[in-house]
Amino acid sequence: MPLEAYQTYLLTFLTARLPDAALAWLKNQLDSEASDKEFYLAFSVAPRFVGKASLNLSAEELEQARQLRPGFHPRHWTVDQAVRTLLLLRAPHQTPTDYTALLNRLFTAADLSELTTLYAALPLLPYPETHMKRAAEGVRTTMTQVFDAIALNNPYPHDYLPTEAWNQMILKAVFNVRPLHQIYGLDQRHNAALAQMLVDYAHERWAAGRTLSPEVWRLVSPHLTVNNIPDIQRLLLSSNTLENQAAALTLVESDLPMARELLSQHPEIKTTITEACTWQSIGEKAYAS
Amino acid sequence: MFFIDPHVHMTSRTTDDYEAMRRAGVVAVIEPAFWMGQPRTQVGTFHDYYSHLIGFERFRASQFGIKHYCTIGLNSKEANNEALAEEVMELLPLFVCKEGVVGIGEIGYDDQTAAEDKYYRLQLELTREVNLPVQIHTPHRDKKKGTLRSMEVALEHGLDPAMVIVDHNNEETVQDVLERGFWAAFTIYPHTKMGNERMTEIVKHYGPERIFINSAADWGISDPLAVPKTAQLMLERGIPAETVRLVTYQNALAAFSQSGQMQESDWLTDRQIDQSLRYSGNSILRGGQTPKIEADPTIIR
Repeated sequence: MPLEAYQTYLLTFLTARLPDAALAWLKNQLDSEASDKEFYLAFSVAPRFVGKASLNLSAEELEQARQLRPGFHPRHWTVDQAVRTLLLLRAPHQTPTDYTALLNRLFTAADLSELTTLYAALPLLPYPETHMKRAAEGVRTTMTQVFDAIALNNPYPHDYLPTEAWNQMILKAVFNVRPLHQIYGLDQRHNAALAQMLVDYAHERWAAGRTLSPEVWRLVSPHLTVNNIPDIQRLLLSSNTLENQAAALTLVESDLPMARELLSQHPEIKTTITEACTWQSIGEKAYAS
Repeated sequence: MFFIDPHVHMTSRTTDDYEAMRRAGVVAVIEPAFWMGQPRTQVGTFHDYYSHLIGFERFRASQFGIKHYCTIGLNSKEANNEALAEEVMELLPLFVCKEGVVGIGEIGYDDQTAAEDKYYRLQLELTREVNLPVQIHTPHRDKKKGTLRSMEVALEHGLDPAMVIVDHNNEETVQDVLERGFWAAFTIYPHTKMGNERMTEIVKHYGPERIFINSAADWGISDPLAVPKTAQLMLERGIPAETVRLVTYQNALAAFSQSGQMQESDWLTDRQIDQSLRYSGNSILRGGQTPKIEADPTIIR
């Protein structure tokens, strides 16, 4: 039963980190049969008892998380977040409908850190397929911290969002300059419609004399058409090294005869792409100001 | 100098105001829940309003390097719609323990009706239950009597005056408030409340103890820079810098930090703005503007 395994995992590293008084409070919450009102209150006041420090999980602990739930990566999690997630996994309810109602109540009155916690916890919660609408709603947020909680380092969107919602999430990440390489399953869910939207967006940005993240070409590359060749040429001529690298990777990955031709016209590309140049490395450098 | 504006309705203000406040040295603001200029008709609008105060407005302020806190309560004007007030009272427990909620407020009397009295008292009871400071709005009309009554009722409900901020004082009320051990807040607001020349005289007369000032800037003609401007005037008129620091920063911090939800380290350790944390739809950074990023000089990237 994965739910129990998640609880054991969270409780294990919390036990190692929490002071006695905080741990006593937590165990008391977990052992008692809470009414709805008590549950909402405990969820809210948790940070006052356990603090908000970073968990700083070790590489080994993070690996355990991945083994437990592919894509679960609590690298940036805090103590109160883990405690609240544990409470969510233990929330009193009878049916999936009850559970959704309880989540809705929490979501509609949540402060910033509660929202962050709720969205980051989605992949661990019971009845995951019932939270799809909520996740799509999360992507519509105006608050960066909340958007990041659902879009970055979170397997829920990859595992459950329908294509349209997934595409919107990616577009919004690009629009808001969020790091695409931190999106779980990015390379597994590319699609032609998304590639076309990203190319259109690139044209829009260029027409306005603006730039955009070189990471977008990672999603265009698998769907490259002859119509995109001028775009890639433009990237090759750019003064931005990361754009040159993105163009080079796109051409190398493509089967198009025109891409091969363009490669042969630019022998210097071979030197652009070294072992160390990957979409990941481009992403990691793209947002350094 | 650093300033705190402990009463300002940022929901009604523009990004220009945030930028100007930041430039003038405002590091933290407290936004009391109040009425929106016309009465609400549904409990759902209260729910969304409270949710906005602890959510989006807090985030929006952070984009300008300003820490945002709030007080949550049912304001006196809207307490007069009793059916609605009943529903709002049920909402309050959902919101008063959220992060950054530094008190119950602003509550008190407006017309001093029986309904206002009822919901003021109920909220004083809630204040005691959750052990938060309370921020009292004193009425514009019949102010002196309303102020005295606000304090009497708070004492009757067993509140410690050290946990009660009595707001919108003037020359006629200040002495009564200070004598009883309450915090005396003053609102520097053109034409209706205090002017800052008068405020300077009050500080000269009473000294800084338990006195602090705010702008209460809202959807009316008001000045979100009232606190820094008044500080400057006080310095020009010979009030010692330490006194100015107390009434424009330290005293408000002392009063509201009793909530456990606001401490100096919130802004001392986290002063840099990172507007590259952008958001769309209601983006404050419309596409193409260069984000204003103040990197911490000690960080080497």
